[in-house]
Amino acid sequence: MRNIDALNHVRGESVYLDDIPVRQGTLYAWVFSSPVAHGRILNLDLSEAEKMPGVVKIFTAQDIPGQNQIGGIIPDEPLLAESEVHFWGQPVAVLLAETELQARLASHKIQIEIEKLPVITEPRDAHKAGKLIMPPRTFTLGNTETAFAGCEYVFEGNAESGGQEHLYIETQGAYAYVKENGSFYVASSTQGPTAVQRHAAVVLGISMSKIEVDVMRLGGGFGGKEDQATPWAVMALLGTALTKRPVKLALHRPEDMRMTGKRHPYSSDFKIGFDKELRIQAYEVTFYQNAGAAADLSPAVLERTLFHCTNSYFIPNVKATAYSCKTNLPPNTAFRGFGGPQGMFVIESALAHAAEKLGLETWELQEKNLLKDGDEFPYGQITEGCEAQNCWQTAAEKYDLPKLREEIAAFNQQHKFLKKGLALMPICFGISFTKTAMNQSRALVHIYQDGSVGVSTGAVEMGQGVNTKMLQVAATVLGIDPNRIRIETTNTTRVANTSPSAASATADLNGKAVQMACEALRERLKLHIAIQLDLPENTPIEIQDEQVWVAGKTVELPWEKLVFSAYWSRISLSENAHYATPEIHFNPAIEKGHPFAYHVYGTALVTATVDCLRGTYEFDSVKIAHDFGSSMNTNVDLGQIEGGLVQGIGWMTLEELLFNPEGRLLSNALSTYKVPDIYAVPKEIAVHFMATQGIKLAIFGSKAVGEPPLMYGIGAYFALRNAIKAFRLEAVPRFSAPMTPEKVLLNLYPDFGT
Amino acid sequence: MTRFILNQQSICTNQPPGLPLLDFIRYQQHLKGTKIGCREGDCGACTVLVGSLENGHVTYRSVTSCLMPLANAGGKHIVTVEGLNLPELSPVQKAIVEENGTQCGFCTVGFVVSLSGFCISEKAPTVQKAIAAMDGNICRCTGYKSLERAAGKLVTNLQEKSAENAMRWLVENNFLPAYFPEIPQRLESLQAEEAAETVGIPEEKVAYYIAGGTDLLVQKPETVQLSAVKVLTRETGLKGISSDVGQIIIGGGTTVEELRQSPEMQAAFPELHQYVKLVSSTQIRNMGTVAGNFANASPIGDLTICFLALNATVFIRKNEHLRELPLRELYLGYKQLAKDPDEIIEKIAFDIPDANTHFNFEKVSKRTHLDIASVNSAIRLKTELNVIYEAHFSAGGVGPVPKYLNKTSAFLLGKEIEPATLKEASEILQTEIAPISDARGSETYKRLLLRQLFFAHFLKLFPETITAENLL
Repeated sequence: MRNIDALNHVRGESVYLDDIPVRQGTLYAWVFSSPVAHGRILNLDLSEAEKMPGVVKIFTAQDIPGQNQIGGIIPDEPLLAESEVHFWGQPVAVLLAETELQARLASHKIQIEIEKLPVITEPRDAHKAGKLIMPPRTFTLGNTETAFAGCEYVFEGNAESGGQEHLYIETQGAYAYVKENGSFYVASSTQGPTAVQRHAAVVLGISMSKIEVDVMRLGGGFGGKEDQATPWAVMALLGTALTKRPVKLALHRPEDMRMTGKRHPYSSDFKIGFDKELRIQAYEVTFYQNAGAAADLSPAVLERTLFHCTNSYFIPNVKATAYSCKTNLPPNTAFRGFGGPQGMFVIESALAHAAEKLGLETWELQEKNLLKDGDEFPYGQITEGCEAQNCWQTAAEKYDLPKLREEIAAFNQQHKFLKKGLALMPICFGISFTKTAMNQSRALVHIYQDGSVGVSTGAVEMGQGVNTKMLQVAATVLGIDPNRIRIETTNTTRVANTSPSAASATADLNGKAVQMACEALRERLKLHIAIQLDLPENTPIEIQDEQVWVAGKTVELPWEKLVFSAYWSRISLSENAHYATPEIHFNPAIEKGHPFAYHVYGTALVTATVDCLRGTYEFDSVKIAHDFGSSMNTNVDLGQIEGGLVQGIGWMTLEELLFNPEGRLLSNALSTYKVPDIYAVPKEIAVHFMATQGIKLAIFGSKAVGEPPLMYGIGAYFALRNAIKAFRLEAVPRFSAPMTPEKVLLNLYPDFGT
Repeated sequence: MTRFILNQQSICTNQPPGLPLLDFIRYQQHLKGTKIGCREGDCGACTVLVGSLENGHVTYRSVTSCLMPLANAGGKHIVTVEGLNLPELSPVQKAIVEENGTQCGFCTVGFVVSLSGFCISEKAPTVQKAIAAMDGNICRCTGYKSLERAAGKLVTNLQEKSAENAMRWLVENNFLPAYFPEIPQRLESLQAEEAAETVGIPEEKVAYYIAGGTDLLVQKPETVQLSAVKVLTRETGLKGISSDVGQIIIGGGTTVEELRQSPEMQAAFPELHQYVKLVSSTQIRNMGTVAGNFANASPIGDLTICFLALNATVFIRKNEHLRELPLRELYLGYKQLAKDPDEIIEKIAFDIPDANTHFNFEKVSKRTHLDIASVNSAIRLKTELNVIYEAHFSAGGVGPVPKYLNKTSAFLLGKEIEPATLKEASEILQTEIAPISDARGSETYKRLLLRQLFFAHFLKLFPETITAENLL
């Protein structure tokens, strides 16, 4: 099945936040934000701005009827700054005017006087200054100290990975209006409708039941709208509460880039030890996470860094410590991979570093240390259904790795100023929210009396094709034509207490709930059939292809007739189901447990060519063997692999967030922050769908696919690094991503200017 | 008043001439298919087609409507996705659906419109050209491979396209709605109506002159919207490319795409397509003008750098007064020009390259396409028997102005092309540049990069004489 939204998308008929027809009297909001990264607000003068034409209201923290607090995990983040500002772009006031241009023009008239305070942008500086979001966490397996003592080879080093702007093409936004009896409606471009509802209730000082959050679809999210869609929705609601008029707030791109958090930059130290046979015996790693000015999701992101610090390798002795460091950047947040990629970049750097010192190719160390069934992860889970070696071998065989290596060696022999580099990138990614309680979901399914079906879940469609998968589940279980089924908006009045659409788990969690609801309806209908047709007990009844089958034969009872007759027999045609992932648990007191329903594996071969005169590069190919389980939708899943990979390559190569020492974002527009365009992607992307063993906790055995492919992109960094080394044998480029053309050229010609 | 046709509908509006066309489409006409992604021409989500009447035919070009001042729509046919939709999906839409080229869908319409423009205007469709038509569209979800596959499918469909009556073929084959063939006639009568009314504002009240608008609408969107703006794109005196007594003369209002299409330019620069491909995107090249690139005074303007090396002369007009100035004397300091704001760059002239002339343009940016250079550079040499007798060398991103490197150019004169000379020249060039560290690179990087690009010029132009091994 193809993406069910595609038909509307290509005609421009899908409705995003900014496409909702506005109601009469709508006011437009513009956010006034801090022009410095850290300081004390001495004076805020709104008087000139208030006199500007069209301005109806300007509100600040003082106008908040409830609490000025939107911190999700730790209550450390105000909606609007009060006495201090902690990052450049922190919202201070919201202007409401008859038009957006009027609100924007008035914002220039706001006078703010700020006493500047010292700015910290680097996580290690924050760590030194004792500025931590929370106490550090350490995962331990075995004993590294004694293990290192027995190691044949021990290597140390450090690695840094940069942040990443989500660059959802649809910016953040919300549209709110008043209902009656002191209740409100808000359409929000959010991955987490319940987060919006919960925080809006706190800020407005009313109950959650009085706030209806509705989400049609998102023009991209990638984690950037998991928690960070909340402030804009709450501001719109607050504006509505204060003026009793509808309020629309849609950020412009530069404001979005300036005010919202991104993927966390990390700076890390590693120490790795091997025995004689080059098996990794011990690994110690310390992560300094750049959390930005407030916690946001940083504690959870930090946790996933620890969970994935050994990537796809078995290491018997591990000590991994992570510090979440408070700096004066916008609060960093979820981004596809959620800390996992940052952890994996460090272990891959450690292996590359060790290989360099040992005079080996990195793949020799990678291959030797891949996980297998029964191996223990540093967090205590035992590997089951492990596909790490299978994926590696499949990729190597299917794409003829020895030949590829020969071709590259021959090319590098022939060319002095064009060099190719190859990297292998195995991945292992755990599926489930690491906070066990979040692994729950609900679905509400209505069969209408004409036989059509409406499905509501907590899943938010943001391009990942989750609506398509939900529809497939409902159609399969009910045995009817998919065209009868409509996937409804995600709405907190229909499905409450939702977990955000995140952690790659949305289709599993919500799909299982849809499956349960549809199964309950199907069984109820079957019982009705048995009674109607007066069938003996235990007669096999099926509903398939819109027909009723009794003991293997169709009876004259098509779906529509069946439904109508059930309705007249006063049978409930609605069902609400609740699903909670079984088997998973985790105890943070000892940092051990079984947090993941399952793991997803894969291996990518990445080949790059570097122009060693200009320092520019291209990716020739990325060839992937990926563990899909039994893919329920190869169209959607292929798109996730290709798109995730390219986003990962972007993070590792072109996408460079630059803050100046004052904490101002320099790469604050699409002209300075570059994501891959159609020419920047690998010339060839090959994806081999490995039909791996079924996992019962994956919906229909189809493994989660949202985040894992992003981490194939890490291979891009190492392919470039290897190409640089092919040009200059003695080159030892620092482990510092992204590998921009600038870094490439400076690594090719390190002696220039000296 | 601005008069144009929007899809099927005749528009006559008194909205501000500097209002971005995008806002007019979405918020005045409520056509919500065209999306807002960045408002600076860098994402392509707002792509629309602009149909211009040229010799009785309408030529369609894709543009980013966020950077198009409303007044530039005057006399044109503007096509949004709503104007392309038919009861059935068009082959473009179908190819994208079938190849799963849409995920979140927010950028999708931009791709549909860009590819539709390609189907209308491309006479010899290839997959490469179809992909090139999407070079100004950013997708954050798909990784583009599915869109490449869609382009492949589409090109197969287009092989049947009739050359004589393309429009009829496109309508018959469901690419375009049936109203398209009537557009030329409608535009003719529209332009007659326009001619009957006096348009514009008195010269003395003009706050901004705008040509393509591709930079002004990024830098000063509010001001442009609220000011008395006069658009120059419809001044026929600023158009056209001709050659005369050994020179090529280019109207200041010539767009980059017109430059690329020009037979005169193609004859003079066999690698023109390669250079132009590095300049911005299709949508922007369809709007941005040569004079706009000069007047913008960006220290890294790609065209400016090329024309500096071509030793071009600019002709600047104020009312009846026309003066000429070597391009290299136009730049006084950062964004400071040796011309008044109300002086218009009417045309540009430079010598046609002869058999002894060698020209090359190099550009390196973080992303190879649709990006602003970290450093760009051009060179024009005249040589005889491997000796340089004329040299013009320019570079961008290495100082406050687009830089003509006097000393290095002078040094090269009379020299033989050999490694030692080039190495010496590469040291001289370091003495006349002053790059700063910024979002496009550190000072060291820019200095190193210019050295490399300087060598790259010679490696490309004289591969028989110079090899990289001799230089590095």
